[in-house]
Amino acid sequence: MLKSMSVVREAIDADVGDEPDGAMAESEARQAASGRKVLPIVEGLVLLAALIAPLVLQDYLTVFATRVIILALFALSFDLVWGYAGIMSFGQALFFGSAGYGVALLARDLDITNIFLVLPAGTIIGLTFALLLGGFLLLGRHPSSVIFVALGTLTGSYAADRLARGWYYLGGQNGIPSISPMTLGSYEFSEGPVFYYLTLGILVVAYLLCRFLVRSQFGLALAGLRENEQRIAFFGYKAQHLKAIVFAVGGTIAGLAGSLYAFHEGFVWPNMVGVVVSTQVVLYVLFGGSGTLIGAVIGTVIIEGVSFWLSDNYRDIWPIILGVLLLFVILFRPLGLISFVLGERERVGSFGAKPKETEKEKRNAAS
Amino acid sequence: MPLLEAAGITKIFGKLTALDGATLTVGENEFHGLIGPNGSGKSTLMKCIAGAEVPTQGKVSFVNADITAFTPTERARAGMSLKFQITSVLPTLTLYDNILLALQAQSSLFDLVFSRTRGALHDQVMAMLTQFRLASRAFDAAATLSHGQQQWLEIAMALAGKPRLLLLDEPTGGMSLEERRVTGELLAPIKQHCSLVIVEHDLDFIRDICDRLTVLDQGKVLASGTVSEIQANKSVQEIYLRRA
Repeated sequence: MLKSMSVVREAIDADVGDEPDGAMAESEARQAASGRKVLPIVEGLVLLAALIAPLVLQDYLTVFATRVIILALFALSFDLVWGYAGIMSFGQALFFGSAGYGVALLARDLDITNIFLVLPAGTIIGLTFALLLGGFLLLGRHPSSVIFVALGTLTGSYAADRLARGWYYLGGQNGIPSISPMTLGSYEFSEGPVFYYLTLGILVVAYLLCRFLVRSQFGLALAGLRENEQRIAFFGYKAQHLKAIVFAVGGTIAGLAGSLYAFHEGFVWPNMVGVVVSTQVVLYVLFGGSGTLIGAVIGTVIIEGVSFWLSDNYRDIWPIILGVLLLFVILFRPLGLISFVLGERERVGSFGAKPKETEKEKRNAAS
Repeated sequence: MPLLEAAGITKIFGKLTALDGATLTVGENEFHGLIGPNGSGKSTLMKCIAGAEVPTQGKVSFVNADITAFTPTERARAGMSLKFQITSVLPTLTLYDNILLALQAQSSLFDLVFSRTRGALHDQVMAMLTQFRLASRAFDAAATLSHGQQQWLEIAMALAGKPRLLLLDEPTGGMSLEERRVTGELLAPIKQHCSLVIVEHDLDFIRDICDRLTVLDQGKVLASGTVSEIQANKSVQEIYLRRA
C-alpha cells in the first residue's frame, strides 16, 4: 500500500513538480500545439472558385450565381449571430426583407437608385430593426434564454410577413414588382458579370470584417459567451451587451444583403421578410457548418446549387430529396460539411498573442 | 468595517429553507473557511454572496456598499470573484485563452475589437500559467487537462481580475493528496492582496490555510471564530461526531 502511494506521488511530482521556466515552457507549448491550418486553404479555394465562376458559367447561370452570393452574404450574418454569439435568431429575414422593401420603396416612390444611397439605406434599415428587436429581446435585467430569443425573433419575422401581406402601400400579397435597376451616374447595374463581381466584392469585404471581429479579443469574449454565458458574466463581462452588438452587426449585414437582393431580382414580396427565408438561412449555416464563416458560404452554395439542379431534373420530388439530404447532414454531421476537413481545435481557434508578435517583442526588448 | 458582511441571509427554494438567517463576516486579507455537513447551505450562501442566487431575505455588503441587488457582472467589477463548485473552465479554448478571457474582462469594447490589450496582457497570462504550473500546456485545449489541473486553471482565472475577495467552492474536490498540498501552496501568497472564503470538506486543508471558520448546520450558523475556538466548540464536535 505504502509503496503504491509513493509511486503515485512520484508520478504527480513528475507532472506538477518540474515545471520549466516560463519562456522555455512557452516555446515548447507553442511547438506542441502548432498544427497545419486548413481554414485559410478552404477560404482561398472558395474565393478562387468564386472569381472564375462567371468566366466558365453560361449567362443565365451567372445570374443564378449572383443570387447565391447575395444569399451567402445573408447567411454570413446568421452565422455571426448564431455561430459566434449563440443567439438563435429565427427571424433573420426580418432585417433582410425590411431592407429589401425599404430600398424598393426608395426606388418606386422617390426614384432613388444610386448605389451610394440605396446600399447604405438598406444597411441602416437592417441595423435599426436589429437594434430595436435586439434591445428588446436581449437587454433585459436578466439574461434571456435561447428559446425566448428564438421565439421572439420568429414572431417578429412572422408579424412582418403578415403586415407586408395586408398592407396595400407595400403591395400586399404581390409585393413590389419591377424595381428599377440600381445606378451609378448613368450606368445601370443589370444582371450579369458586373453585378456578380460587385456582389462578390461586397461579400469579400463583409467576410473580412467578420473574420477580423471574430479573431479579435472581442471574438474571444464571444467564444466564452457561447460556451458558458454565466461564467463570463462572473468575470465582469457585460454578456448581454456583447450579444446585442453582434445581433446589430448581423442585422446590418442582412440589411445590405436584402437591398442587393431587391435590386438583383427586381422585385420584393412578403416571403422575403417571413419565416420561410428565416428558416432557409438557418439551414444554409447548419449544413455548411456554423461558427466558421466559410461554412455559411459553402452551405449556401451547395444547398442552392443542389436545389437548382434537382428542380431541373426531378421536377416533382426534388424538395423531398433535398429535405432528406439536409436531415442526414444535420443528424450525422451536426457541425456541418466543413467538419469533414476542419478539426474542433482549429474551428474554435486561438486568440492569444501570435507567435510572430511575441518574437518581435522579444527582439525589441533585446535591442 | 469588514470587507464582506452577509447579514441575516435567508434563502427559500419552494418548501425547502436552504438558509435561515445566516451571517458571515470577512475582514481584509482574511482566509475564512465555511464548513458544515452536506446540505447545510454552504454552497447556497456562496451563491448568494456572488450573485448567482438572490436571497429571499437579508443584506450583502461589500467594501462598504450594499450589493444585495447587484448582478454577478456588477459584483465582479466591484472586486469579487467566484470559482464554481463544478469546474467551468471553457473546455474548447486553450489554457492561454482561458486566462486571457479572464484578464481582459474589464477592457473597453474598443480595445477588445481592435485587440489592443492582447500584447500588453501576454506577460501576465504567462506569469499566471507559470505560477499555477500550467505553462507547458499553454496552447492545449483546457479539456485535455486532468481534473486537478482544471481546478488550478480555474483558480488562476478567478484570480486574474485581481479581486479583493475570492470565493472558492470546493477547490480540492477530486484532488489527490499531493495536489491538495500544492493547492494550499498556490493559495498562500494571495493573502497579501485578497481575502478568501472557502467551502471545503477536507478539514485538514481548511485548518492549514484558514484564519477563521464559520460552521453551518441546517441553514443556520452554528459557530464562528478562530480555528482553535471552533475546534474546542462542543456543538461543532457534536455535529461532526453525529455524522461520523
